[in-house]
Amino acid sequence: MSVLTERSAAEIARDVNARKLSAREVVDATLAHVDAIDAEVGAYLTPLHDLARATASRVDERVAHGERLPLAGVPLAVKDNMCLVGTRTTCASKILERWSAPYTATAVQRMLDAGCVPIGKTNLDEFAMGSSCENSALGVTRNPFDLTRVPGGSSGGSAAAVAAREATIGLGSDTGGSIREPGAFCNLIGFKPTYGRVSRYGLIAFASSLDQIGPLTRSVEDAALAFDAMGGHDPMDGTSIDRALEPTATALREDLRGLRVGIVREFALDALGPEMAAVYERAYADLKALGATLVDVSLPTAEHGLATYYLIAPAECSSNLARFDGVRYGLRVDGPDVNAMYERTRAAGFGAEVKRRILIGTYALSSGYYDAYYVRAQKARTLIARDFADAFAGCDLIACPATSCPPFAIGAVSDPYSMYLMDYYTIPMSLAGIPALSVPCGWVSEGGTPLPIGLQLAAPHFAEGLLLGAAHAYERATEHASKHTPRAGAPA
Amino acid sequence: MPIDVRYVAKLARIELTDEEVERFGAQLAELLEHVKTLNSLDVAAVAATAQVVESRNVMRDDAPRASLDRETVLEQAPQRQGAFVRVPRIIAE
Amino acid sequence: MSAYEAVIGIECHVELKTETKMFCGCRNEFGGEPNTKVCPVCMALPGSLPVPNRKAIEYMLRAGAAFDAEIPEFSKFDRKNYFYPDMPKNYQISQYDMPLTQGGVVRYWLEDGTMKTCRLTRIHLEEDTGKSTHAGSGDGRIAGSSYSLVDYNRAGVPLMECVSEPELHGADEAVAYLESLRRTLLELGVSDVKMEEGSLRCDANVSVRLVGAAELGTKTEIKNMNSFRSVHRAIESEIERQTTALESGARIVQETRGWDEIHGVTHPMRSKEEAHDYRYFPDPDLVPLEIAAAHVEHLRGALPELPWRRFERYTVQYELGAKQATQLIDNPALARYFDRVVEASGNPQQSTNFVLGELSRLANERGVSVAESAVTPEHVAELIGMVEAKTINSKIAKEVLTRTWDGAGSPRSVVEKEGLAQTSDPAAIEKLVEEVLGANPGVVAEYRSGKVAVAGFLVGQAMKASRGKADPQLVAELVKKRLG
Repeated sequence: MSVLTERSAAEIARDVNARKLSAREVVDATLAHVDAIDAEVGAYLTPLHDLARATASRVDERVAHGERLPLAGVPLAVKDNMCLVGTRTTCASKILERWSAPYTATAVQRMLDAGCVPIGKTNLDEFAMGSSCENSALGVTRNPFDLTRVPGGSSGGSAAAVAAREATIGLGSDTGGSIREPGAFCNLIGFKPTYGRVSRYGLIAFASSLDQIGPLTRSVEDAALAFDAMGGHDPMDGTSIDRALEPTATALREDLRGLRVGIVREFALDALGPEMAAVYERAYADLKALGATLVDVSLPTAEHGLATYYLIAPAECSSNLARFDGVRYGLRVDGPDVNAMYERTRAAGFGAEVKRRILIGTYALSSGYYDAYYVRAQKARTLIARDFADAFAGCDLIACPATSCPPFAIGAVSDPYSMYLMDYYTIPMSLAGIPALSVPCGWVSEGGTPLPIGLQLAAPHFAEGLLLGAAHAYERATEHASKHTPRAGAPA
Repeated sequence: MPIDVRYVAKLARIELTDEEVERFGAQLAELLEHVKTLNSLDVAAVAATAQVVESRNVMRDDAPRASLDRETVLEQAPQRQGAFVRVPRIIAE
Repeated sequence: MSAYEAVIGIECHVELKTETKMFCGCRNEFGGEPNTKVCPVCMALPGSLPVPNRKAIEYMLRAGAAFDAEIPEFSKFDRKNYFYPDMPKNYQISQYDMPLTQGGVVRYWLEDGTMKTCRLTRIHLEEDTGKSTHAGSGDGRIAGSSYSLVDYNRAGVPLMECVSEPELHGADEAVAYLESLRRTLLELGVSDVKMEEGSLRCDANVSVRLVGAAELGTKTEIKNMNSFRSVHRAIESEIERQTTALESGARIVQETRGWDEIHGVTHPMRSKEEAHDYRYFPDPDLVPLEIAAAHVEHLRGALPELPWRRFERYTVQYELGAKQATQLIDNPALARYFDRVVEASGNPQQSTNFVLGELSRLANERGVSVAESAVTPEHVAELIGMVEAKTINSKIAKEVLTRTWDGAGSPRSVVEKEGLAQTSDPAAIEKLVEEVLGANPGVVAEYRSGKVAVAGFLVGQAMKASRGKADPQLVAELVKKRLG
């Protein structure tokens, strides 16, 4: 394993800007590593060797011309639900298997402008619907810490790529936990900013009112650098927030003195089993040791998060995915008339989970059920958001588990509803639109293999600086992430 | 109440096999059973949230931007005829 | 008289005349090479997002203010979900329960000048679809076609849907309503409102009931009407069909019927009778709109004179006939010209005569509009002043007007240069009359033998001798005096 692939984004950018290192060297090392291990990990659906090399050379030219790029030469993994002009963008779905994007997503463009080099497009649960990457129609991704286990999802490919050193920053999207859960499963920082902070333009929509792009990184500092580069207002996204973005990477802190951290009364740790409960008990104690005051907070409606989410997200997705119809692009399965063509195309093009959610959503919006399901869920969403507002009146941050279990074995969870439960702790924050992240907080052992566990931290709207700052202090003090290295690509 | 899965699939334009109707029907019913917990919430006086971050009046100026090149658009179409996208027979509604 | 009366409601779709489409920067223009005005947003490419056009919303509010509609402080966009190949997203961004404007009224007038009103239910904003051409059937119609070709240039053009209450009684009222709606939107500058280009499209809901009945009868929705004339014919034909059916004891089926221009009848359109389930819900890609009351007040204050007000001014204040008033209103440039002539001359009747008479004739003949001609409203007023002062008579006035039109300068300078001023000097005219009488002894004799009608001939001869410049009244008086 090349040492270059071990470096953080901050280190790479520093050295490339200083011309001690070229972007091309970094990228060549990364591509060689991808070539060596990705057959085993399966992070990438479409590696972009040529584009990566050309982009790296361009970054070196820019630096040579005196530009200082905050992410100069940093290898980037892009979740394959984000458009990158001229490259295949599939959403891990048969319906888009051969679709080439004619434009670039704003967030991706901003990362490239900041000096990142795209290594490839990564696997995901089809249309970002899932928590394990197993719903991909185009490939299997494995957890680099245990290749028999899932990397989490839906941003599992980006998480696996960064964990396996096949990229330095991964772009993910989070609708109900799709960055945070794979972040936790792959021993990474998985950061979902406030809804509207990062443009969704060019992110293929799952549930528009919940989707948010964010980074997966091996350090909080890298997550902050990535957020600073991709965040901010975009006139192409009508839900993008027009509000100045204060740099977060320069505001990281080393302790938690003066901060009140809320521990959620309703999220009792004993439900997680003794081993995980102990990890979180210690995490809370570490927060306190860093100077935080732990306070008891209540999220009385949070237990309804799952039910609320599984009406709202499918409702939006049933409409968002109507455009995949075999007319203008993507797969078509012909039929005697246009309706037959639609029905056959969508039957062949979508996997079971996507169909399930489209059906749930269509039902929840259909005549006679709209008020009972969709409107009621929207009202529950109001209550959940209000719970957080009330809780933040008494604390600055909330700490809780990121997941209810460590990464599980591929194929182990087959029942859809059990899979939905994976997002139990992450969904309420998504519904409230607040920023949240998972940060490595320890390991549990299953069958002798150490498996990573994540602590979730959440903050009020727009308090990304505070959130990343606190996570940085915790990360520095505990150094959980570096206690084990991934098995994938490890020297025999 | 059983869900009319065929009706819903028709609205969503997804062809289902009998086996899928059975399976999805059962899974949807199970989910709706879980979702029933929302009935325990008193939401009579609660406003619905469609968007969680409050912003208003986001608009663009009426200024032209470049359109896509026609070939870029049409080369993606599963079937084209000349400058048009071609689709099978449309059944009048 | 029929025991049945018709009740009609009209639904219009009006394309707004913005530079760009509703949710993207592609050009909003009629026609053009197929599929050249498309982008990721209006083609619904994966990942694209809509951002509303400020101008389109402004146009909607302007229309709402003109029709005295309520403009609520809060409005939003919803998705209307259904699959159709020329609708790229397979949902239409529209407005469901919180449209930009609610209620309102369209004031319109009939041919005889009677002013009427028809209330609006609502006006809401949505996006247009692309266009499908149905092929393989030979006649371009959907029935029997084997495939369709789609052009998305029109997809995403801002579309205003304007729904009336069922308050129109008969084809005349329906068309007069449409005329007024069209004139108003033109005056506001928010649309071209051209039925032939599809920037105005309308459907009619038609029912009949016994005169005096409280309940509405079963309605049918009439589609495929592509001119005001076909709207008139289609409604008349449908009223007759329904009346005949009811008189024979049959029932009316609620259905959509298509107007067949060639055979002059409506036909039921093939219908799957599957109730639509559009699954409307608030579009999560678009944030709500808040319209400040002060802004609405400003808009109401900034409205131009609306066609129905102009009609009232012309017919009541200026005492123009309904036909003349309508003729002016239907030519807004001419009406503005006319208003300036009236303002400068203070004589509405003469202004009407000149503007709709000689000036319009010249405009036709020369192929140049009155407003663009060399004749200014001030010229016309000057001419009217000279006629009023009897400096020239109306016959000479027409001649002068032609000269001015052809670039000879102001009417006064033409009259002076060419010595066209009317001769009102009694001595000069008397001399003229004597010469005419002296040259026509036979006619004078006839007169004196009792054929008084021949005086007209003598007056004409005298006028001719003056080359039209003599005051005709004075000539007539003097002829009579000399003969008498």
